Amino acid sequence: MLRLTEALHHQMVAHCLTGLPDEACGLLGGNPETGDVATCYPARNVAASAKLYEVDPKDYLRADRDAEAAGNSIIGVFHSHTHTEAYPSPTDVAQAPDPTWHYVLVSLRDIRPVVRSYRIEGGMITEEPVTVSSQYNPQ
Amino acid sequence: MSVTVHLPTVLRAHAGGAKDVTADGTTVGEVLTSLAAEYPGLSGQVINGDGTLHKFVNVYVNDDDVRYMSALDTPVTDSDEVSILPAVAGGATDLPGTRPA
Repeated sequence: MLRLTEALHHQMVAHCLTGLPDEACGLLGGNPETGDVATCYPARNVAASAKLYEVDPKDYLRADRDAEAAGNSIIGVFHSHTHTEAYPSPTDVAQAPDPTWHYVLVSLRDIRPVVRSYRIEGGMITEEPVTVSSQYNPQ
Repeated sequence: MSVTVHLPTVLRAHAGGAKDVTADGTTVGEVLTSLAAEYPGLSGQVINGDGTLHKFVNVYVNDDDVRYMSALDTPVTDSDEVSILPAVAGGATDLPGTRPA
């Protein structure tokens, strides 16, 4: 399960909308045991493409250090699909770097953005629940 | 020369769950090679069989990407921290209007 606050949810979706017409991406820092997200790290998409994303490695390095300094870890990545549904593409699955991560897709295909989260392990995609709470209340 | 190496979550299981480990060497390549000797599970995860850096891995000395320095020949000293991070990429397919005719 991925546990977000409303503020983090908004920050993630806003970053994706700001990135249009390209895909946008970022990292999520939090507790790998519980799936509680503490921090959203918007990142630059160095692919600068409407159908590809690549998290700026320097942004990842900064996010990783910040998360570790706060006693957290990078526990997942989010990116937008500008014209398709919020489901991992074959490219997403092939390049998923870490089976313990949460892979969050933000679809901007429709007027209302759709946020869904998945685990990707050994090429297998499993959707997981996303809970959004008004306040950060880690388990 | 002993250098601290920061591991990404995906590689920590190969190093007994450690976030940071130490390894000997005077270059990034030597450090990563001695790391793989210490933790065989890391072998092939960062350096390819032909001795080059794996395409989907980024390695830093402090704040600098070694690809923009001397790659695996980049020198390191005791006070340096080497960070290994996976490349994070992907994307949609079948974007309307972009398929070849």
